[in-house]
Amino acid sequence: MNRWMFFIFPVAVVMSAFTLPAEAAGDFQDHTQEFEVVWHHLLWDIGIIGTIFGVISAVFLIKYRRKSPNQVGGGPRFTMAQSLAWGLIPALIFMADDFYLAAQGWKLWIDQRSVPENAMEVQVTGQMWSWNFEYENGATSDNDEGLVVPVGTPVVLRMKSEDVIHSFFIPDFRIKEDLMPGRVTYLWFNPAKIGEHVFTCTEFCGTDHSHMFGKVKIVSKQQFDQWSEAHKS
Amino acid sequence: MKEWIFTTDHKRVGILYLIGSMAAFAVAGLLAMAIRFELTWVGPTLIEADTYNVFLYFHGAAMILGFLIPGLTGFMANYLLPMMIGAHDVAFPRLNALSVWLYWFGIVLALLTFVVPDPPDIMWTGYAPYSTQYSSGNLSFYVFTVHLIGFSSLLGAVNFLCTVIYMRAPGMGWNQINFFVWTILGAFVIQLIFVPVLATAVTLLLLDKYLGTSFFVPSAGGDVLLYENLFWFYSHPAVYVILLPAVGALMEIISTMSKNPIFNYRVAVYGGVWGVVLLGSDVWAHHLYTSGMVDWVRIGMMVTTLIISVPVGLITISLVFTLYKGAIRFNTGMYYAASCLYLILIGGLTGIPLAMSSLTLHLGETYFVMAHFHFIMGMLATFALFASVYHWFPKMTGRMYNEKVGKAGFWLNFIGVNLTFYPLFIIGVEGMPRRYFDYEMFPQFQGSQQLATVGAILVAAGIAVMLINWIYSAISGEKAPNNNPWESASLEWTATASPPGPGNFPQPPEVSADWTPYDYQPRTAS
Repeated sequence: MNRWMFFIFPVAVVMSAFTLPAEAAGDFQDHTQEFEVVWHHLLWDIGIIGTIFGVISAVFLIKYRRKSPNQVGGGPRFTMAQSLAWGLIPALIFMADDFYLAAQGWKLWIDQRSVPENAMEVQVTGQMWSWNFEYENGATSDNDEGLVVPVGTPVVLRMKSEDVIHSFFIPDFRIKEDLMPGRVTYLWFNPAKIGEHVFTCTEFCGTDHSHMFGKVKIVSKQQFDQWSEAHKS
Repeated sequence: MKEWIFTTDHKRVGILYLIGSMAAFAVAGLLAMAIRFELTWVGPTLIEADTYNVFLYFHGAAMILGFLIPGLTGFMANYLLPMMIGAHDVAFPRLNALSVWLYWFGIVLALLTFVVPDPPDIMWTGYAPYSTQYSSGNLSFYVFTVHLIGFSSLLGAVNFLCTVIYMRAPGMGWNQINFFVWTILGAFVIQLIFVPVLATAVTLLLLDKYLGTSFFVPSAGGDVLLYENLFWFYSHPAVYVILLPAVGALMEIISTMSKNPIFNYRVAVYGGVWGVVLLGSDVWAHHLYTSGMVDWVRIGMMVTTLIISVPVGLITISLVFTLYKGAIRFNTGMYYAASCLYLILIGGLTGIPLAMSSLTLHLGETYFVMAHFHFIMGMLATFALFASVYHWFPKMTGRMYNEKVGKAGFWLNFIGVNLTFYPLFIIGVEGMPRRYFDYEMFPQFQGSQQLATVGAILVAAGIAVMLINWIYSAISGEKAPNNNPWESASLEWTATASPPGPGNFPQPPEVSADWTPYDYQPRTAS
């Protein structure tokens, strides 16, 4: 066996040093930004593992082509101890990486699921094939009008379904959650900047599943107050 | 004709499974083309939304239940396993015949989808309450197809477990059986435990829809989440029913074509295969990360799902390092097998973000998920099946396939699948939801969709070239030069004719204590 084969393991260990833990995003846990950090760590992580395996496979496939018709392979035969080492060492490295990713994922998850105390609540109702929104002050909206929210205030959506399973997805905020008949589920996000973002349904719900979409409209506090006054039912 | 219909010979049963599964593959593949063409432009173009949904349902159900599971367990186990362990047939040949015909009737029943009014449009997952209360689709076709194919699988499971346990050649110990045989054992243990759960789940759907029960009706005390749990309790392990035989066959092909023993056989079997079987049953909730379950289940299953990378990683290490210091000979089968080393990387590594509940909150139900499982099921498992058909083609037919045409088909397929699914990965990360008939809200994704359609056309051409090669070569290909053209050391090559006659072995084989199916090195040559 060549000595260089053992270099794979140190490289894999160094890999975890590349992917540093997520920096705390200040007091306010904006999970959308945190998602990007975890996502990039993950891309590095799988990129490095993929490159290591990919390069080794390519080198082997090119280097060990048969040179003569009667050639046979010279692959290693292991004693029990070597066998176990080649099992346990990679297993421990993979497991270390798994726990490292699990820890990052867990932290992000807690931030994604912990609603800030000052969040504005919006009741979301999904049905085949439209959305309705109801605000704390009695204003209402739907998917044509859009989910209008004031900039800078975290928004929590309390969601229920009138009929089948739907799922409320805002790609730009990196979140979705299903609307389960018979349950109330929730999502929260931080509308940090004025702008418009697509929301859409991501659980198959029949003919017009792909037409259950609209815009999250983030407006200034003042505009929002005007809008919500005008849309009181 | 008669000798095929009434056959109890495991080789013919295997071929019948292959024909059935390739037929399912062809129909489901044509539907995939229709789906791809529809998505090529924003807005409704070719077909109606309801037709599109029926096509999506059928594509998924037929590919998984009609092609992958029967192709990789039914065909491969039937054709190869008895010969690999030196048995003259399976333990219960008539049960075997029953199981292939149950499967064929399942396929016929599924095809009636296109004939009956109100075909099912419930996706292969059949989530309640859409499937039970809101869809006008005929649910019973889905349920009874699952029942028939499920029974067929269970009979196969009992049959093959008995065959391996009781019918190994005299002298063949557990550490001397082919790696492929281990993966089939693992796959059938999974089937035996979990198929009844799926059968239960879909039966409850049937009762809800037609007999007025309310297992999944929240307003009457039922629970929608219950169905999702029951369904994925089977359907995630089902991924390993497909994956395990696929890597098993790849291991055999790579070992034979590089004339090397399998790298670290013991760890690959006891850690890899059985690790997957054990862990694979505790990860199903990652399909339900966004379904409003309690948080501790989502976190717990995130950890188990991530850890499944350990046994899969061990198997991958064995696959790659079996090439080390090999004497690799490239034919079409080996082309497919080598490409699988790359597919398992892409497919496996893109599974890692989907194991993390927090990343799935964004990636779940998008094209990213869709591209990920197509890399595993639609490419890795499918290419492994194609590799196997090419590799064992001289054994099955006694003839050689056309190498040039085979390689041309491979390149069409390989370039095609990459061209199809890379753009879909990217727009998936950007938020393109799956199961969409139209994508009015994301017109910027049209270019990627068009690239994917071009890729799909290449794949269709590649598959056509491959099928023509198989059929033409089976009928009038060049005769195989001998019984063992790849110079394998495994029993199905060394001790049988090509194609093998009834009873497989002219003399019942016996093996010595130091024999393995991978004896290539001179010092252990027999």
